[in-house]
Amino acid sequence: MAKTIAQLKQGESGIIKAFIGEELPVKLMEMGCLPGSAVELVQIAPLNDPLYITVDGTHMAIRRVTAAEIELEQNPQA
Amino acid sequence: MSDPIKVALIGNPNTGKTSVFNQLTGLNQKVGNYPGITVEKKTGSSTLSGGQKAKIIDLPGTYSLNTTSLDESVAVEILLNRKNVDFPDVVLVIAEVENLKRNLLLYTQIKDLKIPTLLVINMSDRMEKEGIHIDIPALETSLQTKIVLVSTRKKEGVDELKQAISNYASLSLEPVLDASRIDPPYFERLKTTFPKEDLYKLWLVITQDVNFTPLDKQPLGEELESFKTLSKQRLKQLQHKETALRYQFINGALSEGYTVNRQEATTFQARLDRILTHRIGGYVIFFAILLLIFQTIFDWSSVPMDAIDALFAQLADGTKELLPAGVFTDLLAEGIIAGIGGVVIFIPQIAFLFFFIAVLEETGYMSRVVFLMDKLMRPFGLSGKSVVPLISGTACAIPAVMATRTIESWKERLITILVVPFTTCSARLPVYLIITALVIPEGRFFGLSYQGLTLMGLYLLGFGGALTAAWILHKLLKIRSKSLFVIEMPRYRKPLWSNVFYTVLEKTKSFVFGAGKIILAISVVLWFLGSNGISEEFKNAESLVDTRIEQEGLTPYSRNYIQENMNRYAAQRHLDLKQFQSGQLAAADLDSITQFRQLLADNARLQEIASYRLEHSFIGWAGKAIEPVVQPLGYDWKIGIAVITSFAAREVFVGTLATIYSVGSEEEETIKQRMGAELNKKGEPLFNLASGVSLLLFYAFAMQCMSTLAIVKRETNGWKWPMLQLGFMSVIAYLTALIAYQLLQ
Repeated sequence: MAKTIAQLKQGESGIIKAFIGEELPVKLMEMGCLPGSAVELVQIAPLNDPLYITVDGTHMAIRRVTAAEIELEQNPQA
Repeated sequence: MSDPIKVALIGNPNTGKTSVFNQLTGLNQKVGNYPGITVEKKTGSSTLSGGQKAKIIDLPGTYSLNTTSLDESVAVEILLNRKNVDFPDVVLVIAEVENLKRNLLLYTQIKDLKIPTLLVINMSDRMEKEGIHIDIPALETSLQTKIVLVSTRKKEGVDELKQAISNYASLSLEPVLDASRIDPPYFERLKTTFPKEDLYKLWLVITQDVNFTPLDKQPLGEELESFKTLSKQRLKQLQHKETALRYQFINGALSEGYTVNRQEATTFQARLDRILTHRIGGYVIFFAILLLIFQTIFDWSSVPMDAIDALFAQLADGTKELLPAGVFTDLLAEGIIAGIGGVVIFIPQIAFLFFFIAVLEETGYMSRVVFLMDKLMRPFGLSGKSVVPLISGTACAIPAVMATRTIESWKERLITILVVPFTTCSARLPVYLIITALVIPEGRFFGLSYQGLTLMGLYLLGFGGALTAAWILHKLLKIRSKSLFVIEMPRYRKPLWSNVFYTVLEKTKSFVFGAGKIILAISVVLWFLGSNGISEEFKNAESLVDTRIEQEGLTPYSRNYIQENMNRYAAQRHLDLKQFQSGQLAAADLDSITQFRQLLADNARLQEIASYRLEHSFIGWAGKAIEPVVQPLGYDWKIGIAVITSFAAREVFVGTLATIYSVGSEEEETIKQRMGAELNKKGEPLFNLASGVSLLLFYAFAMQCMSTLAIVKRETNGWKWPMLQLGFMSVIAYLTALIAYQLLQ
């Protein structure tokens, strides 16, 4: 089971490896969410969803379902 | 003088594009719509050095040319079509210093369209503070353009920008990315089929509707259509690849010329976010802010609203006195002036509401609200992004429906559009205020007035209605739609007051001219229908009423009217009416009071003729026709007419009753008194608790706004959804009003 952004804990970081889902919004990539970028989970909304992440200096919020489609590198040496 | 240079502004959201636009154009701006669609089109003019004019168009904000919404597709369509009247001579890509990398994605796409492109980097004043260094000459070389640094906050760099616009002809047209790298074999085939066309442009045309289908998409032409053989899936993957390639290029370009140390600013944002999006604290703060907003809207706007009300009442009276009596004067005073007054009265509230919304947007707080509310809204089939339209809906549903465009999922967006009209818009207020004042007693409950509580209850009812309807629609509508949701959480900023000012000005203007036209038209039509008729009764109203008065005397209402005024008159002069009746008064007093009484009787007669005439005019005929339908709700034919006319716009209700009860002015007190004195068939007050509550509920739920229906039609591209909306809202309104009246009476 690959590790995804959805499994990060608050304050944890990782490196984006690939996108699992086929229908990931292209907007995510346009905002800088690309394989190789460092991502940090800044905050989880009160009801556990959505997630507030920072990728390459851009702060954005995505839903948990989307986060679960963004795979991270196994070695979190970010 | 040469033709003005056509300049297009484009940029990511939150880059200060609007500020740049405002500084280039000042007050020389115009807001309209693109032909056939509701996307706002902002244009303005600017004078460059040497008196050269520039025509500036502010394109909708977008992250890239891969369109995902109507607004974005407008921008793309203009840039792709050299024949478009708005096709620019030069494009200004507005980037922001902190997120330069992301902003450059859009820049490279536009640059590759071979349009002269200038890069404007905004917020340069923050560079030092944030530890950012840009090597401009190096970056200009790798991006092959001219870069202008501006600071809209400090008003720096605008002259340099104007200079650069004048020199646009010297900009390089070289693309930065070889488009064929996206998929070499595919692009090779494109090239052989269309040897004369620009490949990147073709690519954008082909992929435009991968994520979004524009409303009026021009057919691509058979040959190009054949290139869509690639599945949407594959085209999407290629879009991803294009993005990755562009980022590769950007990273290379920035690796030398750009250094940034984010530490400080990020810590501040993180600290503030910890408070504002806190599990409990976040909601408390949000609701406190909402409460504060509503409170101030009511408190602050009541003064100017009263002033406007009084002004228009005076204006109508003044017109009648000044101009010779006649059809034209009546039309002016009772139709047009009253109609305009009905529009202008909403300006203070709308302006205040948009002021607050603009401040919340400018500071970046609105995105946090979206973040906080998303999960809460989802069980209702809504998105966190539905919160902004629902709040805007308390001013007016029209901008609220347009504000739904940012919602990615079609189902969530559609549901938001369908339920927004349930929120208590400012047009309902006059109706609520007058009915509440008539039927709700004046007492207080723990220091809160019953009337105030009723009003608050009506607001809550509006939100509750919206959520319930959303929940039902969510369960009923079978629309497959992916739960997409991406929102940028911009940095917190102090609002730029000039931007707030321009927003308020622009939204208020569009309300006045948009809704104003309809209200005005209805007022005039109403006035005409109420003062014309073809029946014998209408034509001979005067003699018929006179005969009746001779035979049966004045109506109870008129007798009451005379008695009350006589009492007041007597009290003012310290006279005893009993002495008058028995003829024991001094001759002078007797004379004046007899005259006064005669005056009252004449007035009463004229009023009776007017209302008899109205009853037999076109409008009276219509009212009588629907009376059986509205009677179970506790309304008579006059209210029935007001209900019908207010299907055009709710605020027409009060004006209609004013016209029907033939009270010359719209001054509230007099209408209220008149309505309070109205009796039903049983001889009880017509506006009692039962019929009042029934009316309040009817107005809370009914879809009575032609302008909203028109906007919904445009936003959903057809009559299906607005008609459904009209249908279910009317049914709910009728049923709740019916139940309330039958239970309470």
